[in-house]
Amino acid sequence: MDIPRGRITAVMGPSGTGKTTLLRLITGQVAAESGSIRVAETDMRTVRRAELYVLRRRMGMLFQNGALLTDLSVFENVAFPLREHTDLPERLIRQLVLTKLQAVGLRGAAELMPAELSGGMSRRVALARAIVMDPEILIYDEPFVGLDPISLGVILRLIRRLNDALGITSIVVSHDVQEISTVADLVYLLSGGKVVAKGTPPELQADPSEIVHQFIGGLADGPVPFHFPAPDYFGELLGRGEGP
Amino acid sequence: MKLARELWESLIGSLVGLGSIVRFLLRLFAEVPRALLRIDLIAQQIYNSGALSLVIIMLSGLFVGMVLGLQGFQLLQRFGSEEALGTAATIGLVKELGPVVTALLFAGRAGTALASELGLMRATDQLSAMEMMAVDPIRRVVVPRFLGGVIAMPLLAAIFSVIGIYGAQLVGVQIMGVDSGSFWSQMRAAVALADINEGIVKSLIFGVACSLIAVYEGYYAIPTAEGVGRATTRTVVTSAVVILFLDYLITAAFL
Repeated sequence: MDIPRGRITAVMGPSGTGKTTLLRLITGQVAAESGSIRVAETDMRTVRRAELYVLRRRMGMLFQNGALLTDLSVFENVAFPLREHTDLPERLIRQLVLTKLQAVGLRGAAELMPAELSGGMSRRVALARAIVMDPEILIYDEPFVGLDPISLGVILRLIRRLNDALGITSIVVSHDVQEISTVADLVYLLSGGKVVAKGTPPELQADPSEIVHQFIGGLADGPVPFHFPAPDYFGELLGRGEGP
Repeated sequence: MKLARELWESLIGSLVGLGSIVRFLLRLFAEVPRALLRIDLIAQQIYNSGALSLVIIMLSGLFVGMVLGLQGFQLLQRFGSEEALGTAATIGLVKELGPVVTALLFAGRAGTALASELGLMRATDQLSAMEMMAVDPIRRVVVPRFLGGVIAMPLLAAIFSVIGIYGAQLVGVQIMGVDSGSFWSQMRAAVALADINEGIVKSLIFGVACSLIAVYEGYYAIPTAEGVGRATTRTVVTSAVVILFLDYLITAAFL
């Protein structure tokens, strides 16, 4: 897989196919047992802890649930990376945080605590926190899960706008086919831990392979079976063979 | 044969667990110098573990002291030496009950709070988010909580003992009629600095043990509701057993 610089790359695939694991490999949260991963010229298999932390300062990540620090206010959450990594004066930190919160439309929520936010708001605050250090790479892990249509639209627009305005390399893991097709420049489709298709959203729509057809069309059965492997149904109902 | 194998596996599992917690402790110690630069974070945790435990510690200290006063009076009266109540209660509290009961209460209140807080931070990806922001959660979150507990424990034990002595005096002098002058003067004459030192050493070691168990269990909790619950329970159970075991060892060492 190659992730082009400055573009939005979507990684899609059925649940349990290894999308989040791929993100963890890219970000060095887990080590690869085989193969190689290079992020910004750094080999993630041999990277040392100190180098990894330097690399991560160039990355931002939006977690599925936002992962805001619950004992800090919205303002302090966004200011957190600045306070940890810089010696900027308080006035400048305030300006930077308010700028990022304004970008995600939540400047007015700066004094709220995470428990007071809706799911969509939490993710927007987490996005503001992810971009506060002006990262080169921004990683989104299932950013649309559980969002109402308005929040979903807001997050979609933010992904596109941040990418265009800041020239960030974006990697979006999602299985929301329609949504991601509207913003992604390149899509990788994974299944069973392998890349089964790659291309722009229109190219993927036109792909004739069965797995792509099943995934894009949202079909219940196909190469990815509806039924989890199990003994013969009637045999089990009639008490023949092993079963619970 | 099966039983022997299970016992062997259990022993190996325990040793692996012990090795893991010792390695974790060494990692915490390695981060202590840099964590000390953030005094504000440590002060916050002293408040969380110490100040917020004050009510339960003071109430328990008072009641334990009162019981000690009552029982001590009954016992000493048989030998006609009720005046020694101050000495008996103070030595009992400073050397033994103060550090041990404080540590047990600390494990129940602050230890469970630490373990569940860290476990929930793990379950809600807050620790992973810190890692992704290039912030080491051990240095930023775990070490200040560990140090907060270690510093708070001797302070809480001292408060427990002082309140306990007051409780013993309340019952012995105010209710049972022991002479106030004898109570205090005998106490001052008989209690040595070594007795107080023993209590301080005990509470410091208990502070390290309780805080370590709590942050270890929380940090490595399985990130589910059940996992966090189990980590919290293990914190209390392990802490209680370790405190009583260490208490015996330290007491024997001081004899």
